[in-house]
Amino acid sequence: MFDVVVVGAGPAGSMAAKTCAERGLNVLLIEKRQEIGTPVRCAEGISKQSLGKFLKVDKKWIAAEVFGAKIYAPDGTEVVMAEEMAGNEVGFVLERKIFDRHLARLAAKAGAEIIVKTAFVSFERVGDKLRLKMNKMGERWEVETKILIGADGVESRVGRIAGIIKTLKKSEIESCAQYLISDIKIDESYTYFYLGKNLAPGGYAWIFPKENNCANVGIGVLPSMAKATAKEYLDKFIEKIGVKGKIVELVCGAVPVYGEITTAVTDNIMLAGDAAYHSDPITGGGIANALSAGYHAGVVAYEAVEKDNFSSSFLMKYDELWKTDFGWKLGRNKKIQEFLLKLDDDMLNNLAKSISGINIREMSVQAIITELVKRNPSLIEILRNF
Amino acid sequence: MVKRAVVNRRKCAYCGACVAVCNLFATELIETFLEINENCNGCGICVEVCPMGALSIMEV
Ligand SMILES: Cc1cc2nc3c(=O)[nH]c(=O)nc-3n(C[C@H](O)[C@H](O)[C@H](O)COP(=O)(O)OP(=O)(O)OC[C@H]3O[C@@H](n4cnc5c(N)ncnc54)[C@H](O)[C@@H]3O)c2cc1C
Repeated sequence: MFDVVVVGAGPAGSMAAKTCAERGLNVLLIEKRQEIGTPVRCAEGISKQSLGKFLKVDKKWIAAEVFGAKIYAPDGTEVVMAEEMAGNEVGFVLERKIFDRHLARLAAKAGAEIIVKTAFVSFERVGDKLRLKMNKMGERWEVETKILIGADGVESRVGRIAGIIKTLKKSEIESCAQYLISDIKIDESYTYFYLGKNLAPGGYAWIFPKENNCANVGIGVLPSMAKATAKEYLDKFIEKIGVKGKIVELVCGAVPVYGEITTAVTDNIMLAGDAAYHSDPITGGGIANALSAGYHAGVVAYEAVEKDNFSSSFLMKYDELWKTDFGWKLGRNKKIQEFLLKLDDDMLNNLAKSISGINIREMSVQAIITELVKRNPSLIEILRNF
Repeated sequence: MVKRAVVNRRKCAYCGACVAVCNLFATELIETFLEINENCNGCGICVEVCPMGALSIMEV
């Protein structure tokens, strides 16, 4: 009998397993892949602040440090964001293959058991505990546990089988394709974002530097608005802006752009990270929230085991924690995303022009919105009516 | 004859987008191998979200 079984060794799962194990719980972390961290499904960008909250930064899994971001409207109008202190890095581009393994090792070091090539299949309730059915290296396997943490990413089998979340609609998911390009010539101190209804319907294209003339060049599109596949949009984007270089890796993936779910728990079960649609509806960023959610879920799992109470009403403490931490932002950003989706390219150009040339001192969606509202007071009314 | 999603494995980049949107649990990703089971009713949502265009609906 385990105290906690965590499904999925991404950032959310490893952080949850580490947090529980550090507090002395008997923890099992299962990962369906045979190699933790690969294949990568990520552009690997994260702010310095959110990473520093949980981890000591280690150069081994940092591909690049960035000092600002440049956003491009469809007509090329540029908006620059950089921190007050020039030369201060504001974010990192990770090497997730190494980062995810590092996190799993931290969980192992804290005392969690880890098994790879083992997939969660289903569960049944036995008294006030759970019996989990899994497939372990091709064989059926069952274990009992008091608590199950679903950190199984966008595929979110745990959450959907438990009935905590609904399957994503095609307007609630970004379909993404990305190349790792080598021999690319860019200023490596910035990340780059490109907007436009034709360029990336319902999403955006990005270039994130990984040093030594390498960069992640990718795109996300909303399938409900797209007229072609993400890969086709990516190829067009690369041709349009004239990215030169050699493709040394292809990455595909999907990110939930759902907003804030009502609850991430039911009896015995909590969801964390993409499994709980914790990624940001505007940026698609989800690593930071996955780490936070994993941490909060771990803390509440520990308290639940201490109190011998695995009911949803007890686990709702976890809802409170992730919602006050970042959940409210997901809800707000979903509304802003819905507003942005209605803008045509001319409107995007005009908004960008209104703040072009101003150096936005903070790297956040909030900072851009604040500047936009300052210069376009009519936006307040529009946003309020959402 | 029933409608079913079919995968072109040479195009599939095994990302799991199709798993995320299938409420019938008809798609399952096992490592790099996408399996489509008989739950599939050919609704086609997986075709629309696939970043690679690796899926299509066919009569089987
Ligand atoms: C193209 C792309 C670009 C992105 N760029 C960024 C970015 O720049 N910055 C950012 O912050 N975020 C980015 N994201 C989002 C980010 O990758 C995710 O939010 C983040 O990985 C979520 O972490 P997680 O731990 O919740 O899930 P994941 O990292 O997806 O981990 C889930 C794990 O669960 C495993 N699993 C699934 N099902 C089962 C099962 N049944 N049994 C056992 N194990 C299972 C999976 O194999 C996987 O290892 C991007 C996403 C994509 C697709």
